[in-house]
Amino acid sequence: MADASNPATGTNLGRVLIYAALALTCLYYLLPLYVMVVTSLKSLDEIRTGNLVAPPQNLTFDPWIKAWSSACTGVNCGGMRGYFMNSVMFTIPAVMLSTLIGAANGYVMTMWRSRFSDILFAALMMGCFIPFQVVLLPMARTLGVLGIANSVLGLVFVHTVYGLAFTTLFFRNYYITIPDELVKAAKIDGAGFFLIFRRIILPLSIPIIVVSVIWQFTQVWNDFLFGVVFSSGESQPITVALNNLVNTSTGVKEYNVNMAAAIIAALPTLFVYVVAGKHFVRGLTAGAVKG
Amino acid sequence: MSALSIREVRKAHQGTPILKGINLEIEDGEFLCLVGPSGCGKSTLLSMIAGLDTIDSGEVSIGGRVVNHLSPKDRDIAMVFQSYALYPNMSVRENVSFGLEIRKVPQAERQAIVQRVAQTLQMEHLLDRKPSQLSGGQRQRVAMGRAIARDPALFLFDEPLSNLDAKLRVEMRTEIKLLHKRMGTTIVYVTHDQIEAMTLSDRIAVMRAGEVQQFASPQEIYDNPVNLFVAGFMGSPSMNFIRAKVETQGAGFGLRLDTHGASHLMPAQGIDAALRSRVGQEVIFGVRPEQITHRPDGAGADQLHTLRLPVELVEPTGPDTLLLVPINGQEVTCRVHPTHACAAGEHLDLTFDLSKAVYFDAKTEQRLL
Ligand SMILES: Nc1ncnc2c1ncn2[C@@H]1O[C@H](COP(=O)(O)OP(=O)(O)OP(=O)(O)O)[C@@H](O)[C@H]1O
Ligand SMILES: [Mg+2]
Repeated sequence: MADASNPATGTNLGRVLIYAALALTCLYYLLPLYVMVVTSLKSLDEIRTGNLVAPPQNLTFDPWIKAWSSACTGVNCGGMRGYFMNSVMFTIPAVMLSTLIGAANGYVMTMWRSRFSDILFAALMMGCFIPFQVVLLPMARTLGVLGIANSVLGLVFVHTVYGLAFTTLFFRNYYITIPDELVKAAKIDGAGFFLIFRRIILPLSIPIIVVSVIWQFTQVWNDFLFGVVFSSGESQPITVALNNLVNTSTGVKEYNVNMAAAIIAALPTLFVYVVAGKHFVRGLTAGAVKG
Repeated sequence: MSALSIREVRKAHQGTPILKGINLEIEDGEFLCLVGPSGCGKSTLLSMIAGLDTIDSGEVSIGGRVVNHLSPKDRDIAMVFQSYALYPNMSVRENVSFGLEIRKVPQAERQAIVQRVAQTLQMEHLLDRKPSQLSGGQRQRVAMGRAIARDPALFLFDEPLSNLDAKLRVEMRTEIKLLHKRMGTTIVYVTHDQIEAMTLSDRIAVMRAGEVQQFASPQEIYDNPVNLFVAGFMGSPSMNFIRAKVETQGAGFGLRLDTHGASHLMPAQGIDAALRSRVGQEVIFGVRPEQITHRPDGAGADQLHTLRLPVELVEPTGPDTLLLVPINGQEVTCRVHPTHACAAGEHLDLTFDLSKAVYFDAKTEQRLL
């Protein structure tokens, strides 16, 4: 009996340690978020006098309202609202376009291979390692030539192009696990390039589409550098606006408004993770599609 | 008009020749098996017939029409793959009707065809399942259904049974044969299982390293292999190849066979011309295990030759017992009825039926005739 119970206690102890470690890690990551939330719900007076981690005594939503609709970023005092919409306006098309084109790229590179597939793939992979800073000048010139500099359309273009390397990598590596006999069978059934993509390949791609969308959404929404360089004034994304808000030097620092604005800026990515995070992990580890 | 004709088809990958001039021709309704060891180019040849890969030179015609430059969908073929390649996101019904839908077959007709195919293959109860909810044998069935639904001029099968377990494989083999009998379509069937090839086909093409070694009926290939490779590939247990020296024996020739302590001269008939120039040299004497057996009652005597041989090992298989005897330093397999088998270590009278014995050149391994 003693023999039997020892391993059991061992597992239990191990479990306790694991959960303790997990809880600590959670706490470590959630504490800043907690501080942000409570600070955004306090009045400035309470922030000045009270404890950083203490819950708000007099709950107020004024900082949120101000952050959303009337906070000043530089000379402009319309709150985050407009910039939030800007971000939505270029993030959604950029995510959709880069995912779709990435899927098409991956499809061509795996299912319709030519001599150039591998060279092209290697070249695209370089794209994953090119730092943002390197593409700034050529991109500015390109946007100028295309006549879409300083516009939401320009940002859509920049993010789509920059994201392609990653989305292509995702889809290519996923499609390589799909047996090519599937495509051969479809060819013999009489299906052509687009039909096979639409009817056979895309329906199998849900897990990797989720991965690509989450990745691209996070990248594009959180981007600061492209936003600050390729847009100005009214067309700036929320990340840039948040920076401007926090750095506006007139008057007292409104920590509560800043926190509320920061949470507003982070909310969409949080939302995407909560909704699709489960699929994200599943998609990253998804393997061959067994027929 | 032949159903399929392949003339001088060649293919190379990055300079390495894969197919080195293939010539095959089969008639309407024939069942052709392509057999050969792994990597000999069977799948490659099938892909060229299907149009999934281009040929470097030569000509493929299906039903008298040269199809070299036609895409797979215009060749009037259907194919069953080793991995079945069912569309995972579609139900069985959709899998079967996908090809029909693309070919713009009207909805009502499509349904009728699916129903008929499902009946033929006894899979009506599976129609609404996804491929992931099917067993290996059921997937196999659906893959065949998808091919049948299109009613093509030519069926191509690439090792369709190799993913099934042994018992199911035999069942499906019978089913395919019945199906072929019932529908009478022309079939090209790739396998590296020689029993499958023997049982199913009207004609077999034995391939090695991108070349067809022999193209003939199963019995012809079994009885009259053109070279050592074909003789060794077809048949299980495999044919015995005994290296033996040629000697003169009266007016004819014989082969010197030595076992422990005893030496025999085995007459070799019907190939005098080939042996005359080889006296004193070695040739390879090919004899199948079932041609070395206990003495049959009252059989024609002049083709039979009995030797008393020491038995080294006894392997009962059920219907027959295999005995291993040493001849010229090699293990030779004999096949006797279990009631005639003896224990290992004993001597047994074993009769060689020389009417079906074959002889090969020791160097070129070609058949001596
Ligand atoms: N795309 C390719 N590039 C280079 N070599 C190839 C390619 N495809 C096939 N080969 C070579 O061609 C030869 C024949 O391949 P094939 O698939 O036709 O063999 P097989 O007879 O079907 O073998 P198995 O019984 O294993 O299926 C092999 O040696 C293989 O390595
Ligand atoms: Mg093969």
